[in-house]
Amino acid sequence: MIAVVALIVLLPFAAAAAGLLATRLGTRNLGPRAERVAYRRAAWFAIVPGGVSAALTVWLAASLAGGAGTSEGRFWSELLPGRVEGTLTVVETGSVPISLTLRDDGLSVLTGILVVVVALAVQVYSVGYMRDEPRYPSYSAFVSLFTSAMLLVVYAGDLIVLYAGWEIMGLCSYLLIGHWWEDRANSRAAVKAFLVTRLGDVGFLFGIFVLGTAAGGFRIDDVLRADIPQGTLIAATLLLLAGVAGKSAQVPLHTWLPDAMAGPTPISALIHAATMVAAGIFVVARLYPAFLAAPPTLDVLGVVAAVGMLGAALAALAQDDLKRVLAYSTISQLAYMGAALAAGSDLAAMFHLVSHGAFKALLFLCAGLVIHHVGSNLISHMGGLRRALPITFWTMTIGFAALAGLPPASGFFSKDAVLSAVEHGTGPAQPFVYASALLTVGVTGAYAARAWLRTFFGPARVEPLAEPPPGVAHVFDGREAPRSMLWPAGVLAVPALLLGLAGSAAGSAAGVKVEWGPAAVSLAVALLGAGIVYALWRSAPEQDPARLLGPFRVPCERAFYVDAAYAALVARPVLRLARAVVRTDARVVDGAVRGSGRATLGLSGLVRLAQNGNAQLYVTGLFAGLVLIAVAAVVLT
Amino acid sequence: MHVVYPVVISALLFSIGVYGVLARRNAILVLMSVELMLNAVNLNLVAFDVWLRDRLHGGQVLTLFVIVIAAAELGLGLAIVLAVFRTRRTVDVDRLRALAEVVRAPGSGRLDGEDAL
Repeated sequence: MIAVVALIVLLPFAAAAAGLLATRLGTRNLGPRAERVAYRRAAWFAIVPGGVSAALTVWLAASLAGGAGTSEGRFWSELLPGRVEGTLTVVETGSVPISLTLRDDGLSVLTGILVVVVALAVQVYSVGYMRDEPRYPSYSAFVSLFTSAMLLVVYAGDLIVLYAGWEIMGLCSYLLIGHWWEDRANSRAAVKAFLVTRLGDVGFLFGIFVLGTAAGGFRIDDVLRADIPQGTLIAATLLLLAGVAGKSAQVPLHTWLPDAMAGPTPISALIHAATMVAAGIFVVARLYPAFLAAPPTLDVLGVVAAVGMLGAALAALAQDDLKRVLAYSTISQLAYMGAALAAGSDLAAMFHLVSHGAFKALLFLCAGLVIHHVGSNLISHMGGLRRALPITFWTMTIGFAALAGLPPASGFFSKDAVLSAVEHGTGPAQPFVYASALLTVGVTGAYAARAWLRTFFGPARVEPLAEPPPGVAHVFDGREAPRSMLWPAGVLAVPALLLGLAGSAAGSAAGVKVEWGPAAVSLAVALLGAGIVYALWRSAPEQDPARLLGPFRVPCERAFYVDAAYAALVARPVLRLARAVVRTDARVVDGAVRGSGRATLGLSGLVRLAQNGNAQLYVTGLFAGLVLIAVAAVVLT
Repeated sequence: MHVVYPVVISALLFSIGVYGVLARRNAILVLMSVELMLNAVNLNLVAFDVWLRDRLHGGQVLTLFVIVIAAAELGLGLAIVLAVFRTRRTVDVDRLRALAEVVRAPGSGRLDGEDAL
């Protein structure tokens, strides 16, 4: 069965290789049709392996559900008791061996299903979204490569294997954010995402090293079973947390995610909402016993999550770019997962991860439909789209309902699970986290309502735009998007709506009940937030409800000046240092070389004055030297 | 005869030679002064050969060598002087400065050397 796991991981990889190498093979003689042929081939390469992977994953889940109960008392052991592990080979490194291991258990297959389904939906969607894009083949190949890397992270049985997938994801994220690199801002956003996540990855890698050397091996099972002293464990998990914060866009490394919206919208759906940012949360859940044994790390995670969720939600409330609203909401929702983990419930975190993956991918795909229709990312250019885009309206409504946590959408159940986990948490920071989480529920309702109302209701502000710059999808054409874009959104709306019910049914089978009291409270808070925005919007539909923030609005829109602070504290000093180094190199190092040459020439000029052509002068000098030597020989001996 | 007489004489001869080499302007006289220096050395060699009673007479043998080399050198030197006289119509050492370094104004010294000759 481990062969199936390997196949699931390798199929998208093969698709990526084929997409990069074979889409234009032999199309040189086709003339103008070559582009079409390459486009169609790339679409097939993208969709078929993704579909096979998805089917295999479902089969794997079914077989795990009926598997023998070997999982070790984690939350999925009731539902998906099976467990498979296979090692290809063990690489002897001289110190700590690396085993090329894949493993598959309930956690893997839960996340794996999310990944393959969202990836497939995004690939199908991209066929329509990127129709007129000359670089579509490389785009779809990178998406496949990304899927493969994420699956490698999910199914990795060894920390180094996991890290390989982790880094490839970072690379794909960079490549895809910078897909429209002609625009300088986009390539800068890509570089920023790469550098910021890389900063966290340094910590992550060293965390892996600490764990591996302490446990004597990188296999995840060995690491979790090893008897590691608590100090080492705290150090290792804190280092891992740096990587998690980088990948999952948590404070203080969250600044790359809003800028990453420079990429094509399907990429935002796939990478920056549903899967890659979930990898950080997934890794914590994967190594959860280690984190549980290091309470200070969980406290840090809780505080980071509490700050991040409220700050990002407030920032989302003030943004004018629809995709940036969703990006900040992603940061906020990921912080919810982090808070659940900090409170000690990996079940709630994973539940929210899966449901968030579904509804956030849905929201981004719908946002793509809207942007495709309007030709602009800005909410202030939208409005009244309910009649023009009925299907998008309904699917996006489901997405926003799930985001705000309104029943019966999935977000209601998963957010309730998170909130009750946080409420029952025992760490010293828990009251703070709980207060922040409740407030954020209200703000989430507010920004979801704002985006929903401003996009679909009120007066239409749509106007035909001129030829759009790269990065803004298409010119306004006044119709619904092609069917290949509507279908994925429609399909994703189903889990976004029903996953919560299914999850809570599965949860009650596993003995976890929905707690209706806190659920009612959070629902009331969310409705309150949404209601305030609705009342404001109702009073003046053409004005932005974000004005309720008052003078606080500008700091929120700038995300509390974190970017500016980083620019002032990190970027500019580093640049200044770099310039100083360049100057030192030019002045001191090069100056020393040039200066010694010049000094030699100058000195030789003095000697050359003696060379006046009179041979007798030379002989005089010679005799003088001879006499000197003779005198010295006589005197000194 | 005490060795000090020939040594003093040879020192005098050598000094005259040194003076001639350093101070005379005529190239022929410079060559002759060189010859004087060589012969002062010869005198020394012979004197010390006798004084030290060298059984192999190394001093005298070396003297013969020096005389031969001096003759060859003088022939060469006179030939050069003759050639110089034919081209320059002078054998004044002070005025034969074709190999002098071209001295330029200070400060203009760039990467020199390649354009000096």
